[in-house]
Amino acid sequence: MEIILSIVLIFMIIGALFALHARDLLSALISCGIVGYGLVICFLLLKAPDLAIVQIVVETITLIIMIAVVLDSTRHELKKTAIERKWKSLINSKALVNVLITVIIGIVLLYSFRLAITHLNPFGEHTLRMSEAYLYGGADKTGSANLVTGILFDFRGYDTFGEATILFTAAIGVLTVLRIKGRK
Amino acid sequence: MTLFILCFVLFLVGLYGVLTRKNIIKIFIGLSFMEFSTFLFLVLIGYIEGGIAPIISKNITNPVYVDPLPQAMVLTAIVIALAANSMLLAIAIKIYKKYGTFDIRKISNLKG
Repeated sequence: MEIILSIVLIFMIIGALFALHARDLLSALISCGIVGYGLVICFLLLKAPDLAIVQIVVETITLIIMIAVVLDSTRHELKKTAIERKWKSLINSKALVNVLITVIIGIVLLYSFRLAITHLNPFGEHTLRMSEAYLYGGADKTGSANLVTGILFDFRGYDTFGEATILFTAAIGVLTVLRIKGRK
Repeated sequence: MTLFILCFVLFLVGLYGVLTRKNIIKIFIGLSFMEFSTFLFLVLIGYIEGGIAPIISKNITNPVYVDPLPQAMVLTAIVIALAANSMLLAIAIKIYKKYGTFDIRKISNLKG
């Protein structure tokens, strides 16, 4: 299981790197789709079918909207300015400082990540704490055979209510932003 | 452990994209990579080796279910991420209409 997931994840990382470096914005979006649908495969392998369904729908919608945005535009990756081209040709002191800052930030992030996952159980050996009540009493209390929907709509109904509020606010926000005419 | 670190690498790739790219669409793509890696990390924590999906069935005796709580939380998070992403794309459309470019170096009218 761990090996298959690692292969899918490495595939996703390669897709992500290609998406960030593609010349054409359309191919960048298609590579973004590699990562999104790879995530769907990961969810299916991790026994989360509800998440896989939601992710497929969301990824498809986002991809369609993004392609609609990009097809209206010039599509090409931006050209580098003269200063940036000069930076590439000769290594000056500024580039050295930048690389140093990057390395320091990377080390700090990696260290804090290690600190964060030392207290986690290793992969596949999760111990149930609070979900035990959901697992062994949830089906009788909620009447739902699918425990994820049981939790989402019953035990944590207020959470879902807030989610619906956020969706509504975002829809109003998109409408407002797209309708107003900006000052010239 | 390997999977957690690979997840973190995906997050770093997204962060790199957000910090270095000059195109708004590319920044958006990097942001979505960071979201994906976080979702995957949360679901990875709740996985139990040999577990089955948390759907109750009478036919299986002595079942081991994977943790349903992270899955429910991530489901909420995915939908909220969709809302945030659509908001960002709407702003990107407006910026393209006004400036005719996705280049963040050319968008210099923002003052204050």
